[in-house]
Amino acid sequence: MSDEPSLIARNLRNAIVGPFDLHVAAGECLSIVGPSGAGKTLLLRMLADLDPSDGEVSWTGRARASWSGPAWRRLVGYLPAEPGWWTDRTGDHFEDLDRAAPVAEALGLAPGLFASDVVRLSTGERQRLALVRALSVDPRVLLLDEPTAALDAASVGRVETLLQQRMKDGLAIVLVTHDEALAARVGRAQLRISNGHPA
Amino acid sequence: MTPILLGIEDLAIAASLVVLDAVLSIVLGLGLHRRLAWASLRLVVQLLAVGFVLRFLFAAPSPALTFIVVLAMTGAAIYESTSRGDRRLRGWWRHACAGVAVAAPTALVVLLALTTAIRPSPWYDPRYAVTLVGIVLGSVLNAASLATNAFLTTSVRSKAAIEARLALGADRWTSLGSAMRESIRIGMLPIINQMAAAGLITLPGIMTGQILAGFDPIEAVKYQILLMFLLAGGSGLAALLAVRLAALRLTDARQRLRLDHLVDARSGADR
Repeated sequence: MSDEPSLIARNLRNAIVGPFDLHVAAGECLSIVGPSGAGKTLLLRMLADLDPSDGEVSWTGRARASWSGPAWRRLVGYLPAEPGWWTDRTGDHFEDLDRAAPVAEALGLAPGLFASDVVRLSTGERQRLALVRALSVDPRVLLLDEPTAALDAASVGRVETLLQQRMKDGLAIVLVTHDEALAARVGRAQLRISNGHPA
Repeated sequence: MTPILLGIEDLAIAASLVVLDAVLSIVLGLGLHRRLAWASLRLVVQLLAVGFVLRFLFAAPSPALTFIVVLAMTGAAIYESTSRGDRRLRGWWRHACAGVAVAAPTALVVLLALTTAIRPSPWYDPRYAVTLVGIVLGSVLNAASLATNAFLTTSVRSKAAIEARLALGADRWTSLGSAMRESIRIGMLPIINQMAAAGLITLPGIMTGQILAGFDPIEAVKYQILLMFLLAGGSGLAALLAVRLAALRLTDARQRLRLDHLVDARSGADR
């Protein structure tokens, strides 16, 4: 057990994938790479406690079970590859627009987007807005599933800069991506998965 | 005024209309004639059976027998409500949810009516208790199954939106909130529409029946109003309970969305 702020998973598995062992300290990024269907998304969902799993997960030495599900998910944010939206208006997904606006701007999103409908946004805009939304609840760990898949090079750069900045502030990141160059730039540690198991 | 009694030949004349439907079904290729015949047969057998049971029950009112009949009716309603809908909760939860959502509002509403407005003597007089349960069950069953069905369908369709809220740390009630509200609305709409249309577009069945039986129209109307209010209360409660319980089952102790607790009934045999 360690008191250093870090996310640790041991023997994490469900009926389909695993077991996985991983360790991400605050301010670090673990990138997860592997072919489609390898189980990367399932791993993130198990870490976020959105899917049932066996094994041990802890944050800063404290077992996940000592948090309620919602409290854990506030601590360990999860951004799926296709983020969901629960109302029509974009701005209604944010509790504090004044705090979200500068983050959105840093990602190259126009402030007017908050007043428009989600369905009118492009895939890339939605993906970046969902990142803003995930950061807006101040998680200590962020699980990102292909956060740059729909983005042009300039936007990828902005996302990367923002993530680096948040990591300096102590955010731990688990990054699933097909972009090996991005994985190498952001994540020092790498977990390779194939066929539901660590490769 | 004494009611006009019907003979077998009167029913036979009306039955010719069903035969007309069957002919239509065959000519137009609707494929409904078998189901129509089966439904008509069920109607006759079921109602006749009920008629004899009620006649027997009314002849010598007994609390135990009344209770057994009420229980059997409730059981049938629960069974009916669990066999509607394309998606169902897995395992015994399906029956438990339907059971609570159907039985509790029915019991509450009927007991309220029997102890306040109607007050027969004895209070369990089957002429009132059994008929009231019958009327309330129909409406409550409809509300519960409509609401459940809407909720399960919406939850599957809005998985991404629900999980987006869960992933941000919202609890299950917040995350499922809009699906729950929409489903309760759907469960309550029929009775609201029924109340709004009563008298203008439809002459409600109870009132019509009492008038046909020689009741004064105003007295019949008062009964109908009482019943509609009972049905509205029962339906609202049933929709709420059905959706709350289904929401509990669709989540777990860690407040995850558990769509694996659903089965798709369309893959099984369903008449």
